[in-house]
Amino acid sequence: MTTFQARTHTVTLTERLKDATNVALIAILLGIPMIGLHTVDAGGKLMVATRWPWLLAFVATMFFGRLALQFAIDQFKLKRLTRQRTRTLEVATPRPWLKWLGYGLLGFSLVLPIAFSDNRYVVDTATTVLIYVMLGWGLNVVVGLAGLLDLGYVAFYAVGAYSYALLSTQFGWNFWETLPVAGALAALFGILLGWPTLRLRGDYLAIVTLGFGEIIRVILINWTEFSGGPNGIGSIERPSFFGLPFKPDSDDGATFASFFGLEYASEHRVIFLYYLILVLALLTNLFIARLRKLPVGLAWEAVREDEVACKALGMNVTNVKLSAFAIGAMLGGFAGVFFAARQGFISPESFVFSESATILAIVVLGGMGSQFGVVIAASLLVILPELGRDFSEYRMLLFGAAMILIMVWKPGGLISRREPSKVLAGVEK
Amino acid sequence: MSNQQSHLLEVKNLTMRFGGLTAINDLSLGIEGGKITSIIGPNGAGKTTFFNCLTGFYKPTTGSVQMNHPEHGALLLEKMPSHLVARKASVVRTFQNIRLFPNMTVLENLIVAQHNALQKASHFSLAGLLGLASYRQASEAAMEKAEMWLTRLKLRDIANMPTGNLSYGTQRRVEIARALCVDPLLICLDEPAAGLNPRESAELNDLLLYLTREHHKGVMLIEHDMNVVMKVSDHICVLNFGNKIAEGTPEQIQNNPEVIKAYLGEEEIEDTTEEEAA
Ligand SMILES: Nc1ncnc2c1ncn2[C@@H]1O[C@H](COP(=O)(O)OP(=O)(O)OP(=O)(O)O)[C@@H](O)[C@H]1O
Ligand SMILES: [Mg+2]
Repeated sequence: MTTFQARTHTVTLTERLKDATNVALIAILLGIPMIGLHTVDAGGKLMVATRWPWLLAFVATMFFGRLALQFAIDQFKLKRLTRQRTRTLEVATPRPWLKWLGYGLLGFSLVLPIAFSDNRYVVDTATTVLIYVMLGWGLNVVVGLAGLLDLGYVAFYAVGAYSYALLSTQFGWNFWETLPVAGALAALFGILLGWPTLRLRGDYLAIVTLGFGEIIRVILINWTEFSGGPNGIGSIERPSFFGLPFKPDSDDGATFASFFGLEYASEHRVIFLYYLILVLALLTNLFIARLRKLPVGLAWEAVREDEVACKALGMNVTNVKLSAFAIGAMLGGFAGVFFAARQGFISPESFVFSESATILAIVVLGGMGSQFGVVIAASLLVILPELGRDFSEYRMLLFGAAMILIMVWKPGGLISRREPSKVLAGVEK
Repeated sequence: MSNQQSHLLEVKNLTMRFGGLTAINDLSLGIEGGKITSIIGPNGAGKTTFFNCLTGFYKPTTGSVQMNHPEHGALLLEKMPSHLVARKASVVRTFQNIRLFPNMTVLENLIVAQHNALQKASHFSLAGLLGLASYRQASEAAMEKAEMWLTRLKLRDIANMPTGNLSYGTQRRVEIARALCVDPLLICLDEPAAGLNPRESAELNDLLLYLTREHHKGVMLIEHDMNVVMKVSDHICVLNFGNKIAEGTPEQIQNNPEVIKAYLGEEEIEDTTEEEAA
């Protein structure tokens, strides 16, 4: 109630003017050294000259610009508020076409490598999409279901990737052996991050998680003996097909190609990797869909909706939040293992903040909590920049514009409708 | 105050201060099981604060709150975190400014209330993921309990609607139904009749009597609506500026000059504050 009132509270003109004056004052402080004074070259000597009219123009621009900006933001907020109100009140109607679209997409994803078997680029891009789908689904547990804003998700991706890289290069572990260990390690890191941040919410939580992600990256860069530092780790063993490596025929042992009597082709591995991530992603989907119907899934959503009410009903909110962090992190870890296995080389550069931001964008754009929305958003976020390659440096600009347009058009994300996880039979929805 | 053991809840010398403000001052009170005890008093008297102290949301400055639980023995609520108050001591509350899970359906709200039992049956999700029979049984039992209270509170028809869209009166009923799904021994209702129309508030009266008489639940009621309070209460405690100014049956309270003064003599109330502040 209070937040609602705070948002509808109409700001008076004097408040706005005060606000703009504050900005203007800051502009003066910054502007004097930056614009008001400048150095001129007076015949070999450096002289300080003044240009007060410029400063005046700058301060005036700031003052009126701030006023205009705030006005625009107010208008936007007001519009969004009315739209939100009507949105929550609209009665949910079942949408069977969505389900069919889902099945269609699944069928398409199954035949994609066959249909494009001669086009390595398409299969590669689709693999990337699936990695992001998996990451999006993992983060969706934390952000979409449990409502905990996590800006450092890439840290768990890194934990998974480095687990595989180190275990395979140092101890000769293979992909399947590493997968559960890396998942458990990432979950442990999830709890490690979750524990100190339990009391934090919203913006504060976002800042701490952002810091956590950076800490992991900085450790990876600086602890050279452990992680290879900025050079990363190379020649990581690529996953094999149940013990059959994807290699050109050679004398030592059977390879995938020789076993199946095929001509060796580098596409085999690309297609295999595609199906591998597809299976991992589908398992993730089933796992989350299942969890959502279990007490823990309902508890995640309840904590997102009202933490205080949860406590009053006897729920240990600490455990619920930690389980969300752990499960989300574990899924991120799995994706990381796959990433390392696919690339064969990893370095801290793959785990920068913008990666976290992309994954979060996928979740928000898809519609928080919606599994299907994540698929669409991940496809958009990977494919749009690819399509825009012709626009070279403008492509990120176009991409940003597309994102803004989508959020204006659908502020709750592409799929904002929530399917109840428990339904009383015989009663209309 | 008769034999102390007979009380379900025993509040002793409870004081709650916020900086210089004493919201509750040295309050002692016994609550009986299977009875309706009302806490009344003007705005700001400290009623909600009292509930917050009972249910672990505030830590009282001094004093104790002891729950005599038939299974777990004597429990000191002021030392327990809020979730244990509900889970172990079986004291469950509702909120003055309704706190539902707005995007979740009525049914889901009631299932969430049974989280602990379900989570245990699902063996931290393992049995649930595997779909074991033990979990399925627990899940069905939870649905049955939810359906029972939904039917009793006339919420069955809207079981699959998100609670955020419901009318105020209905939301209040959902919140009570949800609290009942925790199987409380003592249910603390903070102004459940606020915003209800006369028909709804008459139904609330019936429900409260039904809970105490049929289910032998202890009810604590904060309420401004005297139609509800005087009709259903077994015992009434009147707070004014954190002090207990009267206690007794509805008749005793209605005729108590102190109470009448507190409710009617607004100017005199202001005088007392100044005296207290001095
Ligand atoms: N967290 C808090 N911090 C500071 N003061 C508080 C806090 N909670 C309550 N108070 C103060 O304690 C006093 C009692 O408040 P409380 O909410 O218990 O009143 P109430 O009897 O429930 O009133 P109402 O009938 O309006 O609900 C008020 O003066 C209030 O401002
Ligand atoms: Mg109150």
